[in-house]
Amino acid sequence: MQELDTAGLGSVRVTRQSDTVVILEKDLATEQMVLAMGPQHPSTHGVLKLECLTDGEVITQAEPYLGYLHRCFEKCCENVDYPAVVPYTDRLDYLAGMNSEFAYAITVEKLLDIEIPRRVEFIRVIVAELNRIASHLVAIGTYGIDLGAFTPFLFCFRDREIILGLLEWASGARMLYNYIWVGGLAYDVPADFLKRVKEFVDYFRPKTVELCELLTKNEIFVKRTLGIGIMPADVAINYGWSGPMLRGSGVKWDLRRNDPYSIYPELDFKVPVPDGKDSVIGDCLSRHLVRAWEMDESLKIIEQCIDKMPSAEGFNSRSAIPKRIRPKAGEVYGRAENPRGELGFYIESDGKSTKPLRCKARSSCFVNLSAMKDLSMGQLIPDLVAIIGSIDIVLGEVDR
Amino acid sequence: MSTTALSQFSIPLLMGNSLNAWSDALAGFYLFGLPLGLVIIAAIPLVFIALYSLTYGVYGERKISAFMQDRLGPMEVGKWGILQTIADILKLLQKEDIVPASADKFLFVVGPGILFVGSFLAFAVLPFSPAFIGASLNVGLFFAIGIVAIEVVGILAAGWGSNNKWSLYGAVRSVAQIVSYEIPAAIALLCGAMMAGTLDMQKINILQSGSYGFAHFFLFHSPIAWLPFLIYFIASLAEVNRAPFDIPEAESELVAGYFTEYTGMKFAVIFLAEYGSMFMVSAIISIVFLGGWNSPLPNLGGVALNDWTNGPVWGALWIISKGFFFIFVQMWLRWTLPRLRVDQLMYLCWKVLTPFAFISFVLTAIWEVYRP
Repeated sequence: MQELDTAGLGSVRVTRQSDTVVILEKDLATEQMVLAMGPQHPSTHGVLKLECLTDGEVITQAEPYLGYLHRCFEKCCENVDYPAVVPYTDRLDYLAGMNSEFAYAITVEKLLDIEIPRRVEFIRVIVAELNRIASHLVAIGTYGIDLGAFTPFLFCFRDREIILGLLEWASGARMLYNYIWVGGLAYDVPADFLKRVKEFVDYFRPKTVELCELLTKNEIFVKRTLGIGIMPADVAINYGWSGPMLRGSGVKWDLRRNDPYSIYPELDFKVPVPDGKDSVIGDCLSRHLVRAWEMDESLKIIEQCIDKMPSAEGFNSRSAIPKRIRPKAGEVYGRAENPRGELGFYIESDGKSTKPLRCKARSSCFVNLSAMKDLSMGQLIPDLVAIIGSIDIVLGEVDR
Repeated sequence: MSTTALSQFSIPLLMGNSLNAWSDALAGFYLFGLPLGLVIIAAIPLVFIALYSLTYGVYGERKISAFMQDRLGPMEVGKWGILQTIADILKLLQKEDIVPASADKFLFVVGPGILFVGSFLAFAVLPFSPAFIGASLNVGLFFAIGIVAIEVVGILAAGWGSNNKWSLYGAVRSVAQIVSYEIPAAIALLCGAMMAGTLDMQKINILQSGSYGFAHFFLFHSPIAWLPFLIYFIASLAEVNRAPFDIPEAESELVAGYFTEYTGMKFAVIFLAEYGSMFMVSAIISIVFLGGWNSPLPNLGGVALNDWTNGPVWGALWIISKGFFFIFVQMWLRWTLPRLRVDQLMYLCWKVLTPFAFISFVLTAIWEVYRP
C-alpha cells in the first residue's frame, strides 16, 4: 500500500495487485479556502482584517491587512504647534490616552530640556497608572469575550467606569483627555481626588481576586490559552515586541525600569514575568497573566504616589509650560511604557518653526501585530481568536 | 390515581369535564382520518405552553444575565421590561426579510422551518400534567430523542444555503457536535427507560409517583442514577448549543454561526426554536429523572403534602417549574463559563461522556436485575 499524490485530487491510497492498480480509498479533493476575517468581525478588536488561508479549521497562513483606521497622525502633527499634538496622541491608543500623552510630553520636554514641578510628575504617574489599569481591564475583559465568557467583560467595565469617572473629574473628558501638556498639566487634580483614588484602590484590590477566580483560574479558560501561540523570547525580541507581550515571553523588560523616566526610579514595584509554573512561557495565558499581575503593581504605584505626593500649596500646574515652544534644531526620541508596550515619538525640529518638522510614532501594537503571521501558522480558528485577543491590539495605534 | 387527585379540586374537575365534553363533541369530525377534536385540543394549549415558555425564557435569560453582570437588563417595555420579548418579536416581524443573492434560496428558506418543527414537535409527547399530553405515544421518549435529530438537517440546510463561509463552519461544527452528543444523551435516557421499563412518557411519570414525593424519583432510584442524570444534562447542553458548548454559533469566532445571514422573522424563528429546544431538554430531564409532573413534597404523617400538591393543575406547575429550573442552570452556566474548543468538545463527548454513559448503562442494568 502506498500513497500517490495525483495533481488536483489530493492523496489517493492505492495498492497493486499483479499489474493493475486498485484504488483502495480516494480522499476527497480538498482545497484551501480563503477566509476573510474582518474588518467587520467581532473579535478582531476593531477594523483589522486577517486574510486567512484555511484547510478545514486549520489556518495555514494569515495575513493582517491594516489601514482601515488610518488618520494621518504623523502628517497632522507637521501642521500644528507642539502643544496641539497632544489631543492627537489621545486618539492613537484611545484606551490609554493618558499614557500616550505622557510619552509625547516627556519627548518634547527632552527636546526642550525643561524642568517639571515635582507634583506634576506625581499626578502624571497616578493618572497614567490609573489609565493602565483601565486599559488592562479592557484587554482582559475582551479576552474573556473572545473565549466565550461574557460576564468578566462586564465586571471589568464596571470597574473601568470608576476609573473613567475619576479621570473625567480631573480632565473633563472620559477617554480623550488632553490633560498632560508639554511642561505641565491642564489642571491640578480636584480637591479630594487623591482620597477618591485611594478609595478606588481599596475597592479594586478584592475585585482583581474576584476576576482571577472567575476567569484566570477557570479550567476552560486555562485549557483554551495554555500552550497556544507560543512566542520564544529571542523571536519576540527580533520582532521588536515590547510591553506585556515581551514580558509574557519571559523577558524582564519594562521601560519604567530599564529606561526610567519621570519619578519611576523612586517607586517600588516589580516587573512581573511568568515563571513557567502556571503557564508555558510565551503562550497566550502568560500574556494574560502578565496583564493581570501588572494591575496589582499599578495599584502599588498609585498608593506610593499618593503617600509621597508633594502638597498643592502654591502649586500651579501650568507654571513650567513654555509660552511658545520653538525647540532648537535637532531630533529626539522619547519613549514610555504604555499598557501595550513601548510607545515612542521621534520628533525632528528645524529650529525655526513652532511645528514639528517630523513626528513619527513608534507604535507597540503595530510591532506586536507584525508577528501575527508566525503565531497563526497551523492554528485552529478558535486559537487564532485567542491569539489576536492576547496581542491586545488597538487599531487606533496600529494604523495611526 | 388521576381520578382521586382530580376529585380534590373542583376547578380542575370542571375543566376536565368541560374539556372532555368539548373533545367528545368535536370527536365526531375527522381531519385526514384523525379525530379533529383531539388534534385541536392537544395542539392549542401546547402551542401556548411552548410560546409562553420561550417568550419568558428569552426574558429570563436577559434578566438573569443582567443580574449576574451587575446590570438592570430590559426595563423600558412594560413594568420591569416584562413585555420586551413581545416588542422584539414585533420588531423582527417588521424587518425586511433578506435572502442573500447568492444563497440557495430553497435551503435558506426551509432551514429555519425544519429547525422550528424539530424543536416543537417534541412538545407533542411531553406530559404536562396527569391529564394532559399532546400525543400519548408508547414510544414517547424514543420519539423525543429522534425528533431532535431533525434539527441537524435544518442547521445544515441553513448553514449551507446561506453560502457564507462562517455559516458553513457553524453548520459543520453543529452537525458534528449534535450527532456526537446524541449518543451519550440517548444512552443516559436509556438508563431512565430501563428503570421505568417503558418508553411511554406518561407511564414513566406515573412510575415515579408515590407518597414519599421526591424519594420516588428515578434520580434516587438506584445508587448510580445520578451518573446518567449528569451525563444527560451535559450532553443536552451540547445538543441545544448552549455554553460552554456553543461553538456552532460562537459569536466571537464565527460571527453568528449558521444563522449569520438571517434577518427578520427567519432569525426570530431560529431563535425561538433554540429556546424551544432549551425548554424541551429541560422538560425531558425532569420527566425522566425528576418525576415530571409529580410533586417532590412527601407525605408527613397526617400532613399529606404529596396528596395535596398533586393533580392536573399542580402537575403542570411542577413540570414547568422543574423545566425552568434547568433553564436557569443552563443560563447560569452560559454566563459563567468560557467556550470549549472544537477538539476539546469532541474529546469530552467521545472519551469522557460516552464511556461513562456505557458504564452507567451496564450498572443500571445490573441494578435493575439484581437489586435487593
